[in-house]
Amino acid sequence: MSWIARHWLIAVGGGILAFWIAVAVSAPVLAPFPPTATMTPFLLPGAQAPDGTVFVLGTDQLGRDVLSRLLYGARTVLIYAPLATLCGYAIGIVCGLAAGYHRGWMDDLLSRTGDLVLAFPAIVLYITIVGRFGASGLNIVLAVTLASWPAIMRIVRSLVLDLRERSYVLAAKIRGEPTWRVMLVEILPNARGPLIVDFSLRLGYTTIAIGTLGFLGIGLPPPNPDWGGMINEARLYALVFPHMLLFPCLAVTTFVFGCNLLADGVREMSLRP
Amino acid sequence: MTALLSIDDLSVSFRTGRGDAHAVTNLSFDLHAGESLGLVGESGSGKSTVAMAVMGHLARNGVAKGRVVRNAKIAMVYQEPMSALNPSLTIGEQLSEVPVYHDGVSWREARTRALAILEEVRIADPDRVLASYPHQLSGGQQQRVVIAMALLASPSVLLLDEPTTGLDVTIEAAIVDLIANMQARRSMSLLYISHNLGLISQVCDRIAVMYSGEIVEEGSVGEVFRRPRHPYTRGLLRCLPDASADRWTRPLRPIRGVPAGPLDRAAGCRFGPRCDWFVEGDCDAGPIALVDRVRCPRWSEISTREQEAPAPDAMESPTTEPGSLISIKSLTRHFPLRRRKQTLKALNDASFDIRTGRTTAIVGESGSGKSTIAKILIGVDSATSGSAEMNGANLADWPVERRSAELHRSLQMVFQNPEDTLNPSFSVGAQIARTVRKLAPAKRGADVRKAVADLLELVRLPKTVAKQKPAQLSGGQKQRVAIARAFAGAPQLVVADEPVSALDVSVSAAVTDLLLDVQRRHGTTMLLISHDLGLVRYVADEVVVVYLGHVMENGASADVFAPPYHPYTEALLSAVPRVNTGVDANVDTNVDTGGDRKRTILVGEMPSPIDPPPGCPFCTRCPRTLGDLCEEETPPEQVTATGHRVFCHIPLETLAEVQTKL
Repeated sequence: MSWIARHWLIAVGGGILAFWIAVAVSAPVLAPFPPTATMTPFLLPGAQAPDGTVFVLGTDQLGRDVLSRLLYGARTVLIYAPLATLCGYAIGIVCGLAAGYHRGWMDDLLSRTGDLVLAFPAIVLYITIVGRFGASGLNIVLAVTLASWPAIMRIVRSLVLDLRERSYVLAAKIRGEPTWRVMLVEILPNARGPLIVDFSLRLGYTTIAIGTLGFLGIGLPPPNPDWGGMINEARLYALVFPHMLLFPCLAVTTFVFGCNLLADGVREMSLRP
Repeated sequence: MTALLSIDDLSVSFRTGRGDAHAVTNLSFDLHAGESLGLVGESGSGKSTVAMAVMGHLARNGVAKGRVVRNAKIAMVYQEPMSALNPSLTIGEQLSEVPVYHDGVSWREARTRALAILEEVRIADPDRVLASYPHQLSGGQQQRVVIAMALLASPSVLLLDEPTTGLDVTIEAAIVDLIANMQARRSMSLLYISHNLGLISQVCDRIAVMYSGEIVEEGSVGEVFRRPRHPYTRGLLRCLPDASADRWTRPLRPIRGVPAGPLDRAAGCRFGPRCDWFVEGDCDAGPIALVDRVRCPRWSEISTREQEAPAPDAMESPTTEPGSLISIKSLTRHFPLRRRKQTLKALNDASFDIRTGRTTAIVGESGSGKSTIAKILIGVDSATSGSAEMNGANLADWPVERRSAELHRSLQMVFQNPEDTLNPSFSVGAQIARTVRKLAPAKRGADVRKAVADLLELVRLPKTVAKQKPAQLSGGQKQRVAIARAFAGAPQLVVADEPVSALDVSVSAAVTDLLLDVQRRHGTTMLLISHDLGLVRYVADEVVVVYLGHVMENGASADVFAPPYHPYTEALLSAVPRVNTGVDANVDTNVDTGGDRKRTILVGEMPSPIDPPPGCPFCTRCPRTLGDLCEEETPPEQVTATGHRVFCHIPLETLAEVQTKL
């Protein structure tokens, strides 16, 4: 059996993500129009511009090319979703390592703080932060990070609680390795399997979260092409011009689906060597 | 007479990612009424697969060919008692299910039968056990319950797959005694699967030795142990350390290489690559048939020539009396328990010396406190009181994080489990190199690489191993790397915590010899933590016997292993399953197959360290107890002229007298 046949989940999931990465990178080449250029509004897919260029996916209520906005929107997603997820991971890993390795009061403090954050519905946190500090890329990353680190910390902590009992960790201690090195070199790399799975799942969730922010009107400020924002704007005209809504929705769905497939594939691969 | 269980040309293969793994190939045997057959083999030999095929419980990717004829009711006792019992039902409910569903009796009747069967397997307080959940029982009790459950179906054949693995020796001895007893009383047949030759020799009358999916030799226990014919059987018997002999009188002779798995077998004789008598063109020409119950056409030639083979270099016996490297005085470790203000007394007032350049072994069962001592020495646990002095520093005062580089260098460790001794994320070379940089004088790239190569050579591993990840190595190889790592900085003391207990018999002998060899070359002091008296006898110069956190006996190995010993040591020695040790001399006389040995089976289990007996800790199970005196008074320390210490109320002369008589 070939590798692809055995790991088809990874192949398909990875393929979808690779497609969107390629799209984001080459958006300026692929896009027929600038994403913010306004032309004739409410054109259906296939309509032609005066210069003969086809609006493959039509135009929106301000006369912007849906395809071009979708392509540039991939850039937004592929910058902010991984960035926000990575920030959540950075904090989650540090806290999880500290809580799981040192246990005691540090574990109590971090775990209870995490519980407190988790007790808030994520959406309330988003609205509070973005509403208070204004809609910007940085604040979105901040809001998502704040809402996601406790869950990541819990995963890391439980992995560390198991891994810290391994003999190689003790071996490192008795040859005098400093604590940070024991955590980062002896423990963290061996937690990578479940963390990679969780990361790809979480990347999908973050995409949805950013989309939700855009949908609520507290995403990136208006002229920026952003899938969530596009869905929000298009929803008013959904019954008459469904193409404006359909394509951004499809984009979000395929991207998240790709993340989930990849996560499942990685999990399967780790289960049967 | 028809056989109760007849296996004819059984082959089992499993579909795996690397192709079909033929775990068992063309295996045949019969089991007649009243017979007990032992199936011996190392891991990967296919012995458990046979059991699963007999019970029809092969994994989903397994395919069995051939005939398995079952002419009788067969019940099975599994390896892990905890996973054989349902954690959410009481023992009573689980036991009653068997007669209710098998024989259609009422629940009331079933419960009566369950109680009777618990009494039959000699479980203490059967009424309480019936009402208990599995986790409330000890491992030994759980296994008795599992055996009782199997017996409730009144089988004619009992199939046991490593039924005592993971149990302490004294509990193991009691379970094995129970199994032999049940077989005799119920005239059942047994199929006993184990890697432990000693156990098989005690329970079985016939034995089949499996190697790499096939039987290589079979015969009566007496025949096979007295005159093993197949080179593998001979090799196995010679790599078993025995509590009755030390390394000077009976050096181990390891089998080289590792057991062949189903996917990496040699053509022709599967044992060929590890056999000292391998002849090219002869042994690797084609499949070897089982002729006259042995799968080696050259066995008669081998037996005559083997006598001429030179004995391995005898190790020198140490002569000078060395000073002590670590002096342990009144070391005590109590853990306060939050609930009910109790104290868990893990270690009480332990005092002994670890002599420079020698091997001191701490022997005891689980919960005896032997690991607590090691943890305090390496600094991952602290002492409640007492001291462990090394080079003027009290190790008990220095947690590992606060120790100096010098102290890290002088104290290293070899761990029990080869599977987690190395970090799976990094190559073997990188891990040894890190240790070298940390502990050895070599700091620069080229020097470090040379040191790593030297260390791998020291533990007899090829240089290419450095580039491999731990997952690509066998258990024995991992343990060798662990030894290389421990000796990288030329430590003064190496703590070896059950260094070979997780390895296959044929591999552990080689690792044991390697450890001894490296230790001797470096003149390192070693502290061996083990429950295996055979290994301890083989390796140790001095022995400390611990029980329930107390030192019971301490002295030179020769003194501890000869009467007078502490009644606990006596029971431990008696519990060790032993096989014929006459193999080395190739003589038929002087055979000890264990059957005629007078055995002491300890009753009950170790008391809880939260509520230990006030007098002698061993008094609750001691077969030689003096009654009130032992129960109330702490036993005195009796010291002989040679420094042999025994903590017992019974005078040494009396002990010597009764123990030599046996």
